[in-house]
Amino acid sequence: MATSSTSESTLARLLPEDVDAEQAVIHGGLVLSIFLMGLPLLLALIMSTQNTTEVYQVTNVGIGSEGLSNYGTVLGEYNFGQYMINSVVMSIIIVVGKVTLSLFAALALVYYRFPYERAVFMFILLTLLLPVPVRIVPLFDLMARLGWGNTLMAITGPYIASATAVFLFRQHFMAIPASLVENAHLDGVGPLTFLWKVLIPMSKGMIAGVSVITFIYAWNQYLWPLIIMTDQSKQVVQVGLRFLQAASQSGLTRWGIIMAGAVIALLPPLAVLIVLHKPLLETLAIQQK
Amino acid sequence: MSDIHIDGLTKQFDDVTAVDDISLDIDSGEFLVFVGPSGCGKSTTLRMIAGLESITSGELRIGERRVNELAPKERSIAMVFQNYALYPHMTGAENMKFGMKSVSDYTDDEIDERVREAAEILDIPELLERKPKELSGGERQRVAIGRAIVREPDVFLLDEPLSNLDAKLRVQMRAELLQLHREIDATTLYVTHDQTEAMTLGDRVAVLNDGQIEQVDPPQVLYDYPATRFVAEFIGSPAMNVVPIELHGDGDGVSARHEAFDLPLPDAGDLAGHSGGASLGVRPEDVSLARNVDGERWTFEAEVSVTEPLGESLLLHCLIGDDEIHVKAEARSEINAGDVIELGVDEERLHVFDESGDAIYHSSPRERTAEDVETRAEH
Repeated sequence: MATSSTSESTLARLLPEDVDAEQAVIHGGLVLSIFLMGLPLLLALIMSTQNTTEVYQVTNVGIGSEGLSNYGTVLGEYNFGQYMINSVVMSIIIVVGKVTLSLFAALALVYYRFPYERAVFMFILLTLLLPVPVRIVPLFDLMARLGWGNTLMAITGPYIASATAVFLFRQHFMAIPASLVENAHLDGVGPLTFLWKVLIPMSKGMIAGVSVITFIYAWNQYLWPLIIMTDQSKQVVQVGLRFLQAASQSGLTRWGIIMAGAVIALLPPLAVLIVLHKPLLETLAIQQK
Repeated sequence: MSDIHIDGLTKQFDDVTAVDDISLDIDSGEFLVFVGPSGCGKSTTLRMIAGLESITSGELRIGERRVNELAPKERSIAMVFQNYALYPHMTGAENMKFGMKSVSDYTDDEIDERVREAAEILDIPELLERKPKELSGGERQRVAIGRAIVREPDVFLLDEPLSNLDAKLRVQMRAELLQLHREIDATTLYVTHDQTEAMTLGDRVAVLNDGQIEQVDPPQVLYDYPATRFVAEFIGSPAMNVVPIELHGDGDGVSARHEAFDLPLPDAGDLAGHSGGASLGVRPEDVSLARNVDGERWTFEAEVSVTEPLGESLLLHCLIGDDEIHVKAEARSEINAGDVIELGVDEERLHVFDESGDAIYHSSPRERTAEDVETRAEH
């Protein structure tokens, strides 16, 4: 670029002689690392089209002979559609529940003065040290006593309370000028009206960001549903993938089918991510502060 | 329109007393400005009147009502904030309407009508459909003021409303605020740290320092007869010169002694009882080059250390003994740093403060001018 001047056209500046070696090395490295990171996904896509024999031929990395029929098998024979629906329902309930509860909690933390406010917030943050996998045994016990075993409540309830979401909303609310609240206060606008008419519209990006993170997190839950759900027809998609593994052909795992299932399971979070990627990036930017 | 009575108002934050026993009566329709340095309690006072801060002790009445315990919306006030406090996701009109339902019984049509009227007064009808981020600072502040107007409050509270604007716009908005005050005629309380704003806007100005009122007077009285050394130095730019002196009384009268001069104070009968340490105050424009004053009774010498051309005048920093004073000389005077010049003072404009900072002497009696100002205000 050093030789370019303003009189030269944009086209001229894009010509190869302007590409210096250093830039080429950097770009080469970047392309390579992207390729490596994308490789598992790429292999999954390829294998999902192959039959079992082709998968086991390590050098065979072309589109396989099965085409899209593995996908049909997964959805048809293995009841994968039901798992997908179960997962979608679970994830949406978790997202809505978590966002709602966290908004209220953050509202209370930021806009109300109550004793030991800071201690309460610290306590909420401390729950980060106890994620669901750590609590599995007592949680299982609790669900059994509540009679929630094998119900939708069991796979959504434990995820509704979230220190991360409360923290993100709290930080966001604290960045909103106090005079906006005071102005509403002068008019006698109640806290719920203020939340609905002012805070939520002003926090759309943050809400969308938290929703994406939560959706993907909920979608990927495996261990807890595996333990608490005993009825296979109510199971979620991540555990459903595990069921595919049980299906083997003459002693060989049918990787083509598993990969097809994995690709299908990938689609909803991918769709959410694509639609809401902008607010997600904003949320992460705030998180880094 | 309501008068406001403040009696012994105090605000205590933990172990800090932000507002300390303030008493003040504000007339109906008056434009009163609270001015003072940051942390003097002026904003806290305003926020107590608004109901945003609780009152630790004392009584606050708006009209005949005691409002200490009333919620803000029952006090018939409207407030304009320094950062405008507009809701970013609402248009100008929505901002003005938001909350109207809970402060009044107006129907939607009436509210629309009032928003239109307010927009006419402020000359912003075309801004009503725009969101705050599409507005400039001055336009945002107009919308914020419009939001206060539609509520038709008895009392307007403005908390440094012009501080976020650039200098030129500030001057323009100042004039508009005055005009607006004349049109809507509500009692207005205005907080600022800018003494120029205070002087130009207020019917009366209350100077606050350390949570207490130093002086409440019309701007010119404040300027001519500062009640304390703090007011003397805070009001006016460049600030009043205050130098330490010894008061010395003899048969002929009282004189102010400094290592560089011995100034006889005219009509200083009141000072006969005082002697010893005090401070002499004189404004930079009341000191002049001796050669310009005919029949000057006495003069003193000073060395110029710095000259600052201000355009319409030349500001001289002069050393007298160990003290520095500022002198406003006429522009284009041939004076340079290092020159020793002969200075005289306007004997009508001398002030003496005792060691606690209270004014104990003004060389022209205050009563006459105070009456003048009152007569002027009536016109």
